[in-house]
Amino acid sequence: MNIILVSLLVLGVIGILAAVLLYAVAQWFKVEEDPRIDEVQEVLPGANCGGCGSAGCRAFAENCVKASSLDGLLCPVGGAPTMAKVGEILGMAAVAGDPKVAVVRCNGNCEARPKTSEYNGTRTCAIMSTLYVGETNCGFGCLGCGDCVAACQFDAIHMDPKTGLPVVDEEKCTSCGACAKACPRNIIEIRKKGPDGLRMVVECVNKDKGAAAKKACANACIGCAKCKTVCGADAITVEANVAYIDAEKCILCRDCEAACPTGAIWAQNAPDRKFSGKPAAAAAKTAAAAPAEEGDGKFDPAVAAQIAALPTPQAAGMNLLKRAQAK
Amino acid sequence: MNLIVSPAPHAHSGDSVRKNMLNVIIALCPALIVATIAFGMGAIITTAISVASCVLFEWLITKFLLKQKSHICDLSAVLTGLLLAFNLPSNLPWWIVVIGALVAIGVGKMSFGGLGQNPFNPALVGRVFLLISFPVQMTTWPRPMQGFMALDAETGATPLAAMKQAIKESNADLLSNLPTLWESFSGMIGGSLGEVSALALLIGGIYLLCTKTITWHIPVSILCTVTVFAALFAAFAGLPVATFVGTTLCAGGMMLGAIYMATDYVTSPMTHWGQIIYGIGIGLIVMIIRCWGAYPEGMSFAILIMNAVTPLLNMYIHPKRFGEQKK
Amino acid sequence: MNTFKIGGVHPHDNKEYSAHKQITAVPLPKQAIIPLVQHIGAPAKPVVEKGQKVLVGQVLAEAGGFVSAPIHSPVSGTVTKIDTALDAQGMKMQCIFIDVEGDEWLPEIDRTDTLNAVCKLEPKEIIAKIQAAGIVGLGGACFPTHVKLMPPPGKTAEVLVVNGVECEPYLTCDHQLMLERGEQIMVGIDLVMKALGIQKAIIGIEKNKPDAIQHMTELANKHLGVSVKPLALKYPQGGEKQLIDACIGRQVPSGALPIEVGAVVDNVATLYAIYEAVQKNKPLISRVMTLTGKSVKKPGNYEVRFGTPLTDVIELAGGVPEDTGKVIGGGPMMGRAMQNLDMPCNKRMSGALFMTKADSVRVEPENCIRCAKCVSACPMGLEPYMLAKLSAAQNWEKMEKLNVMDCIDCGCCLFTCPSHRPLLDYIRLGKGKVGGIIRARQMAAQAKK
Repeated sequence: MNIILVSLLVLGVIGILAAVLLYAVAQWFKVEEDPRIDEVQEVLPGANCGGCGSAGCRAFAENCVKASSLDGLLCPVGGAPTMAKVGEILGMAAVAGDPKVAVVRCNGNCEARPKTSEYNGTRTCAIMSTLYVGETNCGFGCLGCGDCVAACQFDAIHMDPKTGLPVVDEEKCTSCGACAKACPRNIIEIRKKGPDGLRMVVECVNKDKGAAAKKACANACIGCAKCKTVCGADAITVEANVAYIDAEKCILCRDCEAACPTGAIWAQNAPDRKFSGKPAAAAAKTAAAAPAEEGDGKFDPAVAAQIAALPTPQAAGMNLLKRAQAK
Repeated sequence: MNLIVSPAPHAHSGDSVRKNMLNVIIALCPALIVATIAFGMGAIITTAISVASCVLFEWLITKFLLKQKSHICDLSAVLTGLLLAFNLPSNLPWWIVVIGALVAIGVGKMSFGGLGQNPFNPALVGRVFLLISFPVQMTTWPRPMQGFMALDAETGATPLAAMKQAIKESNADLLSNLPTLWESFSGMIGGSLGEVSALALLIGGIYLLCTKTITWHIPVSILCTVTVFAALFAAFAGLPVATFVGTTLCAGGMMLGAIYMATDYVTSPMTHWGQIIYGIGIGLIVMIIRCWGAYPEGMSFAILIMNAVTPLLNMYIHPKRFGEQKK
Repeated sequence: MNTFKIGGVHPHDNKEYSAHKQITAVPLPKQAIIPLVQHIGAPAKPVVEKGQKVLVGQVLAEAGGFVSAPIHSPVSGTVTKIDTALDAQGMKMQCIFIDVEGDEWLPEIDRTDTLNAVCKLEPKEIIAKIQAAGIVGLGGACFPTHVKLMPPPGKTAEVLVVNGVECEPYLTCDHQLMLERGEQIMVGIDLVMKALGIQKAIIGIEKNKPDAIQHMTELANKHLGVSVKPLALKYPQGGEKQLIDACIGRQVPSGALPIEVGAVVDNVATLYAIYEAVQKNKPLISRVMTLTGKSVKKPGNYEVRFGTPLTDVIELAGGVPEDTGKVIGGGPMMGRAMQNLDMPCNKRMSGALFMTKADSVRVEPENCIRCAKCVSACPMGLEPYMLAKLSAAQNWEKMEKLNVMDCIDCGCCLFTCPSHRPLLDYIRLGKGKVGGIIRARQMAAQAKK
């Protein structure tokens, strides 16, 4: 009995002493912090992806609280709704930015860009890109090892086993930019999403001269500047043998897409596609026009089968099929 | 023809995990032969059950729980089974062996992610689990040389228990009943089936050193530490030093532990100096347990305790760098 | 027998295919493609124009800085264009294209075979001649040689360590060069000793070349201060730091150059080139390379003018073997796998190795079993398993702390790993990243000043 009592007492006293000590230390070293930081952090997604430019959500919350206006501060993951909530807490107006999305600027699929060597090392783009040109002859295009897939925290980018290229899931993509940073060839661009996802993209970054680029990949931009000539909005620049469309200036007229001789320019998420100057153009056009009637931009498997059954499936038609299957 | 491209080096030594495991298994064969001579069929049966159930459990777990490719071909499960059996009395009921194998593979190895991930030696985890759960069966050793089919067990004061008593009472008379040094060296004593023959284990150890499967650092540092401390203890207690040291080195799991268990790749330190410190640690702990602890034998516990220290040694002890300058 | 003290591995040397094969000259190509970067440092600047006629030995491009080397025409003919061509890895490089017409040499070049052992030049003149001849380290790194011969103020050279080790398996070009042109190499050693103002030179040769050891020892007896040191067989003995350790027992500190311990290291092929440049006025326009492999029809040692497409040499050796899986520029330990066999031979090209399909494919990696064999094998005393793990986790700061920049890319870790883990792949990646971080930090520090 006595033993129990003594041990209870001793332990109790130790416990109380420790509690007092802990409290004292906590008070002594207390860091005064703006309580709003916690509140802001509450409403942030908590992915710590770094897409906003700050080192994690906590740092972003601190930046928001410190800032005099929310101009230039955007959580790409949460987007406008999150920023509105942050604005509410801080009593500032949230600046709504355009929604953005990751865009893969390479369309060098297996048919267009045949393999010229077999890579047998560690399958990461970072290592492969320091070693050599890659499994194809294009020194600028996608290496296909999926560093971007590994970098994505939102499961929004996947390799398409048929084309060997990454495909962005636009529903899931938060435009945090992790994939763009991970890509050693800087193929992925964080780009304005566009109305209903419609945007014009030059899906090539090959800086080689036209002939060399074309030799390496049938879908390459050859820097011919035809798109620049037809562009009425002055949105296209051609530098170092490769065209680039300024999303801010682009009016989505799709003239450039029609003018491009190699099919390097794509109207992504377009309800239909125009092709010109190619034998398969007409067939592809009718095939692509069909889903437009359904209005959701999705391709019907029956249509895909139709394209596949074409007598001479040209590269463009095949591309379309590949894309239809990828979506 | 597409050329294969991979980063340098393009040559390999031809070494493999399986080769290393096979070397250890080969090195354990003399001890198994001695065990069969000493304990008859029981040794073979126990070993076979242990090996078979370890392999089976590994296969089942990789196939149905982890759903990975099976790794049983690397022979590490065979080796675990063999080492576990070597730590058991030859007359142990078969179901206890199976439980030991399940704990060794399931808890000791696969729960951490399989080969290379486990912090503790799986065979020892299994052994210690059995030692604590079934203390009577685990410490009832048959006497050696009773004929091939004899499975009768007989509990007796083991040399280690006698030595512990002798140290406690500083009574040299207690050592008079010890088996002769030759008996304990050659393996004609009672004990776990693989532990008994220091001679056979040493032959295997030399094979391992010659094939460069292990380095000398761990066994030598353990055995030297044990020798030094055994000699000191004996001298202070007024016991015959040579007998005491000799029996300490040969009895119990000393040789098996020092040459085969402590040198387990996965759970021992990476640097030579780390390995020496690790060996000294094992030597110290085993002598402390043997002389003052509750158990007569402490090799398993000593190795497990130092296994836990291994990550710390890896973190703080680095190899000597080329051209490193003294500060 | 001497060797370096830390780590090392023993790959099968496979030198029997091309050893003791006489050095054969490769016929001139129809078109020579001469890359402007054939050395470490700034690219050379072209001084010829399209349409210009050039002679053998004429300067095509001058050095782009102090750490750079000029490039001379290996053929005579007309410059057709200055454009990009693909290198062995399929990447673009600036090149000068020359259509070959005859084989006319600059008149001042002495093309006779007579040995010219007497040199009356001052040390400074010798170095100037070496610099003008575009000589770079032919062991593989291609570091401009004249830079090594001008120690920075406060540092003095004491000994010349000659690299006759050729520790890479398969390669035999240095071995054959020592056997056939040993006397010229000796004169080259004398010249470098004179240029540096030192009296001692040690030639390190591994014991798998007993004839070379004997031949060079006999020759060295006639040259004051030169001695041969037979070395035990161990890779990477030909590494600069390892060789100095093996030959004179001094360890170059981390991040420092050999001159820190008073040593200058030159390859035998470089010394032969120095002899030719100083005594014969012949700039560096050709080198000896080994073309070998288990199923190559005529493996051997070929003297090739720079700019010759590799395919020409391959044809001479009997064509690409049927079962080729991988072609390596250099040896199997440090050489780079090629994507493009049309690439022109250059100063870097110590060999081309054809590996059979069976030898080319890597074994699937298994889990790391922490056997510590990579730690024991690393000649720089690093912990490859840890560095690879950190690199995969992109922990560059920790990698820097664990001295990843000391790594010499020798490949011992991957060679020895029983789990076939791609250790060096990851370490090399980390080394690149850490190097970039360090350079950025230095730039920032400089900008602050």
